[in-house]
Amino acid sequence: MKITRTMEVGVGLFVSLGLAALLMLALKVANISAMAVTEGYLVTAHFDNIGKLGIRSPVKMSGVVVGRVTRVDYDVDRGQAVVEMRIEKRFSHIPRDTSASIYTAGLLGEQYLSLDPGGEETFLKQGDDLPLTQSAVILERTIQQFLYSKTVQGNGKKKP
Amino acid sequence: MTELFARIGRSSLSIFERLGNGTLFLFQILMGLGFGFKRPTLVLLQIWAVGVRSLSIIMVSGAFVGMVLGLQGYNTLVTYGSEESLGALVALSLIRELGPVLTALLFAGRAGSALTAEIGLMKATEQLAALEMMGVDPLQRIVVPRFIAGLFAMPLLAAIFTAIGILGGYFCGVGLLGVDAGAFWSLMQQHIDLIDDVMQGVVIKSIAFGFVVTWIALYEGYASLPTSEGVSQATTRTVVNASLAVLALDFVLTGLMFH
Repeated sequence: MKITRTMEVGVGLFVSLGLAALLMLALKVANISAMAVTEGYLVTAHFDNIGKLGIRSPVKMSGVVVGRVTRVDYDVDRGQAVVEMRIEKRFSHIPRDTSASIYTAGLLGEQYLSLDPGGEETFLKQGDDLPLTQSAVILERTIQQFLYSKTVQGNGKKKP
Repeated sequence: MTELFARIGRSSLSIFERLGNGTLFLFQILMGLGFGFKRPTLVLLQIWAVGVRSLSIIMVSGAFVGMVLGLQGYNTLVTYGSEESLGALVALSLIRELGPVLTALLFAGRAGSALTAEIGLMKATEQLAALEMMGVDPLQRIVVPRFIAGLFAMPLLAAIFTAIGILGGYFCGVGLLGVDAGAFWSLMQQHIDLIDDVMQGVVIKSIAFGFVVTWIALYEGYASLPTSEGVSQATTRTVVNASLAVLALDFVLTGLMFH
């Protein structure tokens, strides 16, 4: 078999098509820009319970992703979970007294960390610890409390 | 009674013999790999035969698999009111499993069988012996370029399959069933990691599958009996063994990669 012009063009097209497909998978599907958050500053927050929050969970402000969780650990001294997050550089004017809460996207969705800005004039910087936190809502615990309060109520009514 | 044991013994010995010969054959290919880079035109010719001419079946299958995933995924997800996750579902299943595995199965059927039949016929018509007579090593001249081409074409084919499958899922989910386009892409991007999913799922898996399928196809052709019946048996064995090897290897790779 001799190599014809068609074959050369065909192989060239095939290779570029394959590379284009890989590029599409990297850029459009995996969103390479979202994981390349190496710039920015690290902030920590302590929680009693972090639920299912994990590394790479989004950190949101007013619903906008401003950073990602980079580390989840247990702080033995304080007896609490400590979450370290990297906030993008361009969101550098976040008040120092911002509070952090863990919410769930939808009823069964994944959990994310939400920041609610406070009113202080000084801004968060590298290594700060967020003072005000609100733990994740554990559905089972809420249901348990609800049932318990209902039982107590019911018992109360029965008493003459 | 002894005949039964003799038969078991014979078949297991022949299995081990084939395994050993196959491994030796692979070593010989790997040793001769440098030849392929000395004669890139031979490799180009094989990429045309193995890769470019598999493109149509890969693209059409990819589109339909993606569309079916979109349709089925939508029907299931809509019961839970989370049809926005369709993008993540389609992309995850294609990238991690269906893309590389189906491509490898199609590749074994389309390109692997052709490789075996070609080399088997070369052997049956004594072309390989003729090459040897001329002082050309048939392993280097015939087998090595095909091996490199298979190894090179598989990841590209798998990437094309996956990308077209995702577009097919997009067409079905967003175009026909009315899932929100923004949510489709953004949930997909949230759930798919470049290194963990795209690199490991598509690239590494497909390179491993390309390696195994091409190896089996070339070995079966090279070791086939030089008769028309032998070639047909070798071709069948290629498709069966390569498909089984791909599925088994996929299980192992998935176990190693995603835990």
